[in-house]
Amino acid sequence: MTRETLFNSAALAALALVPLWAHFSGEPFTVTLATRAVILALAAVGLHIALGLGGLVSLGHAVFFGIGGYAMGILAHHAQTYTPLMEWPFVIEGTKSMPVIWLVAVVLSSVVAYFIGLLSLRTSGVYFIMITLAFGQMFFFFAISWSAYGGEDGLSIYVRNGFPGVNTLVPIQFYALCFVILAAVMFFAARLQRSPFGLALNAARQVPDRVETVGLNPMRLRLVAFVLSGAITGLAGALFADLNRFVSPTMFSWQMSGELIIFIILGGLGRLYGPVVGAVVFVALEHILGDLSDYWHIYLGVLLLGVVLFARGGIIGMLLGREVAHD
Amino acid sequence: MSLILLIEQILNGLQFGIMLFLMAAGLTLIFGVMGLINLAHGSLYMIGAFCAAAVAGATGSFLLGLIAALAGAAIAGALVELVVIRRLYTKDHLDQVLATFALILIFSEGTRWLFGSFPLFLDIPDALSGPVTLPGGIEYPLYRLTLIIVGLLVAAGLFLLISRTRLGIQIRAGENDREMIAALGVDIAKLYTIVFALGAALAGLAGALVGAIQSVQVGMGEPVLILAFVVIVIGGIGSIKGALIGAILVGLTDTLGGIFLPELMKLFFSPATATSIGSSIASMSIYILMAAVLVLRPTGLFGARA
Repeated sequence: MTRETLFNSAALAALALVPLWAHFSGEPFTVTLATRAVILALAAVGLHIALGLGGLVSLGHAVFFGIGGYAMGILAHHAQTYTPLMEWPFVIEGTKSMPVIWLVAVVLSSVVAYFIGLLSLRTSGVYFIMITLAFGQMFFFFAISWSAYGGEDGLSIYVRNGFPGVNTLVPIQFYALCFVILAAVMFFAARLQRSPFGLALNAARQVPDRVETVGLNPMRLRLVAFVLSGAITGLAGALFADLNRFVSPTMFSWQMSGELIIFIILGGLGRLYGPVVGAVVFVALEHILGDLSDYWHIYLGVLLLGVVLFARGGIIGMLLGREVAHD
Repeated sequence: MSLILLIEQILNGLQFGIMLFLMAAGLTLIFGVMGLINLAHGSLYMIGAFCAAAVAGATGSFLLGLIAALAGAAIAGALVELVVIRRLYTKDHLDQVLATFALILIFSEGTRWLFGSFPLFLDIPDALSGPVTLPGGIEYPLYRLTLIIVGLLVAAGLFLLISRTRLGIQIRAGENDREMIAALGVDIAKLYTIVFALGAALAGLAGALVGAIQSVQVGMGEPVLILAFVVIVIGGIGSIKGALIGAILVGLTDTLGGIFLPELMKLFFSPATATSIGSSIASMSIYILMAAVLVLRPTGLFGARA
């Protein structure tokens, strides 16, 4: 395990230091790119709790990502147009405050995750993949036809929302905020993985019958994991929308859900640092290959095929060997 | 809301459903026999449409275009099966989803590289253009009617193939017990390639036929792919009968919902609100249908396996 701990610490240190270096050498674009990577990593860490720990292959996590995004978009839209969100039975105003937006994003995505989980977890295997995909499509088409909030065109926010004590308009400060959140969530996820709940969830993925025999309800374990997972991805969605100062239905698209899965597999399934490494490498590749060729998706496709066919442990698995057993 | 409009819309829904069936039949066969989730099925649909548009554009013959679509998609399917897909049968669904997602990227960008980003156009042949008068005085486009008939013929042919021929017996046996039929001397690897190519050819045919109504462009396959998945999940994965019934159900729900839900909402809301609420529910309606079916019957209408 020591090699793995060393690798993880190095990865985390690189995430902290590279943007700092970019900031001081006057390359704000690299900082923005790193912010994008960190936020996507956060979304994928959310999915990791359902997929890596719980074994729930959700092809609909874009739902939560989008809900987070729209929570930010709608609240900030009402704040910047000075119109209340709701006047009856009580007045709700929009807001430009990040903590409030995050809270709304997390609560909303948890509630939606609870109901989607309640219905979807009745199925398993391919049917689970497909029903989560169906929920994703429902939200996608709903967002497209929701003309009050931009419909297909999405919503633009003029100024990034604020956080007490931080000037979020400065790229490196916004990056620091996102990085701290990612680190905090990873700390939480690592604790969760080793907690009685995490161990039971892991067992429910591998041998559901035995878990049931010792008196635990695998269904409830999976539902809790799904809700936690959705809440984290929702938080990431709010940050992602704030980074771009723009929300659109593409945040709900099934390609988005697919990309989150890609991050996890690319980095290494079943490892907490897998989604992080996957997201960072993906964003870097997107940037580097995008510069090389207009048709960079071809190279990405070939690379992904290579990972699936020849490197089952993803990037971390290739570097460190398969220390974490996962089936 | 006149009766004629209703019948027209039902025919439109039927036509849409039948085309979805061509896609869904291949998907469900591939899943039933090989246990593979093939997200790249939409790419084969796109390849069929591009082959048809290119050949029909060069020769001026729609029929040659159709043949090219069938052949092109089948060859592409067989090649992909030989090179990539056969390595995925033993892997879990997660790996299959990812690998075939990668294939979508490769096929889409490859096609964009070959043909460019602008849509191609495939013209309806002169003999099939224009309306036809049905009994009861309903005018309906002849080409769409032809699509319904061709689709039903293909469906009938597929049922005969599965239930009456030697290949069909092997396919059904492969669904139940692949070790046993391998032990009985059937070349299972060849059977898999044939099934995959057959599914691909059906998808290619659908792409070419629909390509004449819509434009032929990169990315045309993915929306249809998602709908085809909805269809096979509603029908029960692995069941051709389920795919047919699911496809018609989805086709009708989508077409009729888009027309009638806004009308229905007008009973409760002002016209403007009704149109916007009605059309948003309509665009979600098939996914609501699917979720409802799965909640009530977690393995679909005709599905046996969990």
